[in-house]
Amino acid sequence: MAVLVVAEHDNETLKPATLNAVTAGLALGEVHVLVAGSGCRAVAEAAARIAGVDKVLLGDDAAYAHPLAEALTPLLVDLAATHDVLMAPATTTGKNILPRVAALLDVAQISDICGIEDAETFVRPIYAGNALATVRSADPIKVITVRGTAFDAAADSGGTAAIEEIATTGGQNLSRFVGQELTRSERPELTAARVVVSGGRGMGSGDNFKLLEAVADRLGAAVGASRAAVDSGFVSNDLQVGQTGKIVAPDLYVAVGISGAIQHLAGMKDSKVIVAINKDEEAPIFQVADYGLVMDLFEALPQLADDLSGSP
Amino acid sequence: MAMKVLVAVKRVIDYNVRIRVRSDGSGVETANVKMSMNPFDEIAVEEAVRLKEAGKASDIVAVSMGVKQCQETLRTALAMGADRGILVETDVELQPLAVAKLLKALVERETPDLVILGKQAIDDDCNQAGQMLAALLGWPQGTFASRLELDDGSATVTREIDGGLETVALGTPCVVTTDLRLNEPRYASLPNIMKAKKKPIDIVTPDDLGIDVAPRLTTLKVAEPPKRAAGVRLESVGDLVDRLKNEAKVI
Repeated sequence: MAVLVVAEHDNETLKPATLNAVTAGLALGEVHVLVAGSGCRAVAEAAARIAGVDKVLLGDDAAYAHPLAEALTPLLVDLAATHDVLMAPATTTGKNILPRVAALLDVAQISDICGIEDAETFVRPIYAGNALATVRSADPIKVITVRGTAFDAAADSGGTAAIEEIATTGGQNLSRFVGQELTRSERPELTAARVVVSGGRGMGSGDNFKLLEAVADRLGAAVGASRAAVDSGFVSNDLQVGQTGKIVAPDLYVAVGISGAIQHLAGMKDSKVIVAINKDEEAPIFQVADYGLVMDLFEALPQLADDLSGSP
Repeated sequence: MAMKVLVAVKRVIDYNVRIRVRSDGSGVETANVKMSMNPFDEIAVEEAVRLKEAGKASDIVAVSMGVKQCQETLRTALAMGADRGILVETDVELQPLAVAKLLKALVERETPDLVILGKQAIDDDCNQAGQMLAALLGWPQGTFASRLELDDGSATVTREIDGGLETVALGTPCVVTTDLRLNEPRYASLPNIMKAKKKPIDIVTPDDLGIDVAPRLTTLKVAEPPKRAAGVRLESVGDLVDRLKNEAKVI
């Protein structure tokens, strides 16, 4: 069985979410990685080094400079002729493009899988992860997005896949990239970080996130936020962890001033170790926390930063 | 020129309800559970109504699909400001591909300039229907929108992407799916709820539209996720740091 994994990248670097999707792909068959972009050979070379990858397909075209669904869909539809499974990480890019491909192939998409039972049977979260559905697809081609936190990352070295340049499908006049505003951060990316420190409404203001950042810096952690903190305007939406934001599963998740609404738990409850710091001892977050500290965060955070200053 | 807008609304278990998995694993209990409009679809209706209030939209058609009770969801959309409703009535479980095909058939009947949908329904969490509809129509798509601007013949959509925001220019007609920050939906006022009762709702069936809606995915079972046990309460920051280093060994 041939599995095509769509690489996530910015034409320069391969995004780590690709590695988790490759692991899911290897559970089904021989993995080919598609690198579609513009001037993106370095990404194809990185993809070729991923352990277990059989072949890298490089589609280099100015029309793919930004991952517009309207531009990439025809290419993926073409590649469906030679693959049994089309797979992408369940990122905003994958979620934007793959359903468009599935519809043209007249097949269902299986969204956000977190488990593989066999070549036709997959487990996926529904109701914000409050239930897990096992579904079977009888379609001839499986179009799948993969929840990164549910699959280990494949090793990004050791592979020696061949890079094959493929014909591209060229431009389109439906949509045009205008611009982007990416949040600049020296910290690790939220979904790939080993440690995440998140703040909620209890932080009180965006300024107070500095206290959280001081702790995050000591731990080499990414900073996240609850939807309540985003809705209150403390921080931007791309920091949001939860059903309506990002799904994370780091080794350590520190929830600070977060009550633990179902919608937030859906985004972090698969973390290995969860710490909750909240002055409200009734806060539901304590029901999922391995370590709970009932304490005013304005006392706890500076102490924590101090105590950690000896750590890496 | 003012546009015609079609909005799709789904009836789902209210987002405040803690769902319960049926003990036989056949699904999630929906009997005697409060149902509401999918929150992302409320944002879609609100956006359409704001376009009308700004003079950019002339006519708003709300569409829902599923059991007879979806009429209640349509009434909510009408009370928020949609002009009329269409219910595609069926007892068959509708999956996103079927929804997209039904919407395409309605788009061909109604010829809107813009279709707005929620990015995702909070029950099946698929996040597919808008993209699939755009594909079947051969239209551009502006998914996960946090801002929408319309000019003659084009739409500028700011999208919520993983690293921040992306802006795309789309030709019209187009499909837009809503993200949370696009707007804050209004509550329908009592006079508008009364007025909505008089607004028309057409009822059609998948057969009328000539669409095969048979599900492509079979749900074999639905289970509760593994539960996390509550851990220990600590007394001090020092104790926490010590446990993280020496017990959990994560720092």
